[in-house]
Amino acid sequence: MYAFEIERPSTIADAVSVLQNEDAQALSGGQTLIPTLKARLAMPETLISLTGIPEMQGICMNEAGQLCIGGATTHASVATGAIQYPALAQMAGHIGDPAVRNRGTIGGSLANNDPAACYPAAVLGSGATIVTNTREIAADDYFQGMFETVLEDGEIITEVRFPLPKRANYQKFQQPASRFALVGVFVAKHADGVRVAVTGASEEGVFRWTNAELALDADFSTTALSELMVTADGLLEDIHGSPEYRANLIKVMAQQAVDAA
Amino acid sequence: MPTVTMVVNGQPVSQDVEARTLLVDLLRNDLSLTGTHVGCDTSQCGACVVHVNGDAVKACTMFAFEAEGAEVATIEGQAAADGTLSNIQQAFQDHHGLQCGFCTPGMIMSASALLKDNPKPSEDEIRAYLEGNICRCTGYHNIVKAIMAASGQDITAVAAE
Repeated sequence: MYAFEIERPSTIADAVSVLQNEDAQALSGGQTLIPTLKARLAMPETLISLTGIPEMQGICMNEAGQLCIGGATTHASVATGAIQYPALAQMAGHIGDPAVRNRGTIGGSLANNDPAACYPAAVLGSGATIVTNTREIAADDYFQGMFETVLEDGEIITEVRFPLPKRANYQKFQQPASRFALVGVFVAKHADGVRVAVTGASEEGVFRWTNAELALDADFSTTALSELMVTADGLLEDIHGSPEYRANLIKVMAQQAVDAA
Repeated sequence: MPTVTMVVNGQPVSQDVEARTLLVDLLRNDLSLTGTHVGCDTSQCGACVVHVNGDAVKACTMFAFEAEGAEVATIEGQAAADGTLSNIQQAFQDHHGLQCGFCTPGMIMSASALLKDNPKPSEDEIRAYLEGNICRCTGYHNIVKAIMAASGQDITAVAAE
C-alpha cells in the first residue's frame, strides 16, 4: 500500500479540524475504504480515523422517541443493541459477515452510499435523519445517486436518528460471494404512511418505490403489490442479473418484507 | 512513525509501525506470528481472522494503529503453553475439519468467537457465522461437525448434503 499519514482524534471537534486539511479522508471501520486504498482507487494523503471518538459510539432513545445511533457504531453493535427497532437490528445482522460487522460502521456505510449496501435502504425506508457536525439531513434529501450524497468535504456523520415505525422489515436477496444486496427492500409502516426503499437495483442507488407505497397505504398486504412492477429502465445490469430480473426481485422482496413485517 | 502498544496472546507488545501497516502484517512480519494467513487480502476469505478485544476481525482489513491499546488473540495463543490443543483445535483434528489447512487459523478463530457468544450454536447458525470464512478443500461439512463437537453437541445429525 502507498504511504500516508494518520490522525486519530478523540473528539468530533478535533476530527472536524484535522479534516479541513486538503486531501484528508475520514476512515471509519475501513471495510470498504481499506480495499479501495489497496487498489489505489483512492489515494488520500492523510487518513482521519473516527474509531477513537466516544461521542460517536452507541445507541440510545431520545426524547422524541427516536432511536439514535452514533456514526461510528458498528453493524454488530446495532444488530445486538437496536432492540427497540428489530427490523433495523435484523438488517444490520446480515451485512457482510461477522468479522466485517465487527468493524464496519453505520456512518461509513452511509457516507460511502454503495448502490448495493443495506443501510441506505433502512435509512430511506425509515425516514431517518442523518446528523452531521454541521446540520441535520432528512433521508429523502441525503442520497444523490450511486456513491453520491449531499455531504460536503470534511463533513462527518455523527449520528443517525430513526423514528420507530409500527411495522417494518428488510428482505435481501444477497449476492452470495460479496454478500451485498443483489436487491434489498426495506418496508416500513409509519403512522403517516408506508415507505418502501430499494437498494442494489438502480443505477441511481437507493430509491423509494412510490407506487408500492401508495398501494400499501391503502392495503398493507402482499396482494396489494401483485399488480405492480418497477420499470426495468435504469436498473443495474451485470453478470448477476438483468434489469428485468432485478425488477422482478424488487417485487418479490417487497412482498416478502410486507409478509414478515 | 506511530507506535502501537497492545497485548498479543497475553504478551505486551510495543512496535513502531508505518501508518499503512495492516494488523496482519504487524503480526506476521514484525511479531513473526505467521499462523494468521493472508488469503485474498480483500476481506473476503477470512484466513486472517483474529480477535481484537474479543471480536473476530479480518486482520487484512484493519490498520495496525487501530489496535492501539487492544487485546489481540491469534491462532498461536489458542493451544496451552504445553502444546495441548484447544477444544476447537482438537475437534478439527478429530473430525478432519481441515485438508490443506490454509483457512484453518481463520476458521478456528471465527469458531471460537462464535462459541463465546453462542455456546451451543445450531448447524444453521454455524454455517451462517462462517459466511466470511472460505475453505476450498473440505466442503465445510467436517468444519461444521468439528464446531458442533467442540460445543459438546451430537454430530450424528450433521447431514452430508
